[in-house]
Amino acid sequence: MARADLITGNIWEEYSNKVIDRMSNPRYLGEFSEEDAKRKDAKLVVADFGSEACGDAVRLYWLVDPKTDRIIDARFKSFGCGTAIASSDVMAELTIGKTVDEAMKITNLDVEKALRDDPDKPAFPPQKMHCSVMAYDVIIEAASKYKGVDPKEIKNSEIVCECARVTKGEIEEIVRKHKVKTVEELQKYTDAGKYCKSCIKPGGHEERPIYLVDIIEQVNKQMEEELLLNQMKTEKFDEMTHLNKIKSIEKVLKEDVSTILAMDGGSVELVDARENENGEFEVLIKYFGTCSTCNAAMFTGYMIEKSLNERLDTDKIKVIQV
Amino acid sequence: MEVYLDNNSTTPMDKEVREIYHEHEKFYGNVNSIYQKGIETRKLLSKAYDVIYPAIGARDEDDIIITSSTTEGNNAVIKTFLYNFLQGSEKKHIITTVAEHSSIKAPCAFTKKFGMEVTYLYTDENGRIDLQELEDFIRDDTALISVLFASNESGAIQPIKEIGEIAKKHGIPFHCDGAQAISKAKVDVSELGVDYFTFSAHKFHGPKGVGGLYVRKGAPFIPLIHGGNQMGGKRGGSINTAGIVAMAKAMELANENLDRMYFEVSKLRDKFEEAILKIPDTKSYVDKRFRLPNTVIASFRGIEGEAMLWELNQAGIYAATGSSCSSERLQGSEVLEALGEDPEIAHTGIIFSLSRFTKEEEIDYVIEKLPKIVEKLRNISMTYAKQR
Repeated sequence: MARADLITGNIWEEYSNKVIDRMSNPRYLGEFSEEDAKRKDAKLVVADFGSEACGDAVRLYWLVDPKTDRIIDARFKSFGCGTAIASSDVMAELTIGKTVDEAMKITNLDVEKALRDDPDKPAFPPQKMHCSVMAYDVIIEAASKYKGVDPKEIKNSEIVCECARVTKGEIEEIVRKHKVKTVEELQKYTDAGKYCKSCIKPGGHEERPIYLVDIIEQVNKQMEEELLLNQMKTEKFDEMTHLNKIKSIEKVLKEDVSTILAMDGGSVELVDARENENGEFEVLIKYFGTCSTCNAAMFTGYMIEKSLNERLDTDKIKVIQV
Repeated sequence: MEVYLDNNSTTPMDKEVREIYHEHEKFYGNVNSIYQKGIETRKLLSKAYDVIYPAIGARDEDDIIITSSTTEGNNAVIKTFLYNFLQGSEKKHIITTVAEHSSIKAPCAFTKKFGMEVTYLYTDENGRIDLQELEDFIRDDTALISVLFASNESGAIQPIKEIGEIAKKHGIPFHCDGAQAISKAKVDVSELGVDYFTFSAHKFHGPKGVGGLYVRKGAPFIPLIHGGNQMGGKRGGSINTAGIVAMAKAMELANENLDRMYFEVSKLRDKFEEAILKIPDTKSYVDKRFRLPNTVIASFRGIEGEAMLWELNQAGIYAATGSSCSSERLQGSEVLEALGEDPEIAHTGIIFSLSRFTKEEEIDYVIEKLPKIVEKLRNISMTYAKQR
């Protein structure tokens, strides 16, 4: 790739002949009216997706036979680049003759495949994959209009990367299985984030509800916590490393102690922890809120100490208020 | 017919320049050699400098370092201040504008990695910065002000002379990216009050791979390319003799043809612009008083920029889009948005830039084709009817 990368890629050169043909002469460009629908005893469905402000928008027209739910004919209009026009054209064609339920299964990946000249060569460059995603979205929009339901109900909301259609679950599984720490590592196992790149991190073409970097971070955090939990179960507190001792104390403070104190409007924070010469583990704690002025603070300290020792199955922890 | 209207991006070589370039390819002597072959080359360079210096009003005590491009010159200027900062200078702030080319923006972003700070001045509906705002942003630790002469996209010309005065008043070095200046405006570095000025020959019908970096006497400079003692040690690397001689010729011709640019090319541009504006729901931007004489930036409601470029290309017409769908970020609509346009329209921007070689019949051809292309694409557009 290095040599090819040195000469700036030209997106137009990477379009397949089918894409070029469809963008120059779209077959299903146009619209249907209520009269058209009446003449064919069909139900007219008109659906929009996208917006000009984003640079891409498409409108899909269907004539659907209400008895069989079959799509008799389809047309589209589009505000968009050549790829968007070509994708919309093929998408409209693919829906014809299918039932609405069957049409809903068509994705941008099917549209892109249909536009390939060579089955092994993508129809357009990766950054243009995004333009075909609308083809899927507008079908869902049209199907939900026909069925009279909210598009959210039938759309796979778990999809994180729309271009490659990869779900959050799939990404989480990969991160877990291969202990993935970065997006580059992730992409050894999936195509997620390889196309328009919007889903990698904020700041891309489109704002997304969740990004790959978030998922990687969340899963790693979860795994770390699970590991600690596991150690807390199998390892005795006294035998833990200093770092794990602190981590498990923090965990108990966060999970058990904080909830109790919060009821009285107070909170605590771990300041430091150290082993003293008597082999005790001193935990330095600072009070906030009502705790800091409470007369019963002494008692609270005792309570925390008791909780920590019980939860961590030891008698070495000594709580000191600072 | 083939009509090239992307001259702000690059230009074809002038025939005369091309001939001179070819004639000088045979002079292969290294300028550093003491024997006759070197002397020959040195003479050629000296003659070229006799043209290059006065072409931008430089004094003999100033430097015009030959570079490969404006990009190289821009990098050398910005990084001079980065190196100063890394060597302990307290000056860590650069003021520049949102209208800059990536050859300013990218090195500026790079300096931030090392702890420098960059202020990007916004531009108004004419694509120009506000002088008061510039003055407000100047700090004690401002190392450099860098403002482009004119934008290749909007064609907006900045008030360089006024900026130069402000920079001088505050004692701050001032750099001007002049990629769009030579051949489209008279350049006199002393009059403009710049300390640095960069240019590329290929923007004014010269060869690619040659450019210049003007450095006023006394202005800080640290080489970007270390090597031999070429360019007084300020830019290493064997010298591109034929390219430099050709650039000198191109500069000479650019200045000789300035009147043609001001009167004939701009008239042709105006004719073209009027024809565009006759098409319903089109708009052009930046007051002509502040715009390069060869540039039109227009929007075509309802037509996405790349789709338009495609159809123009089919008709043999080459233009640029301000809403390039082609980059990975897919957010090229920034140009028109910066000029105050709505996001829906910002994606429909097209930039046409003429040159002194653009013929009237070529413009007539585009004027004939354009309305048909617009009609065809608006027919595809779902939103055009709705908006009207």
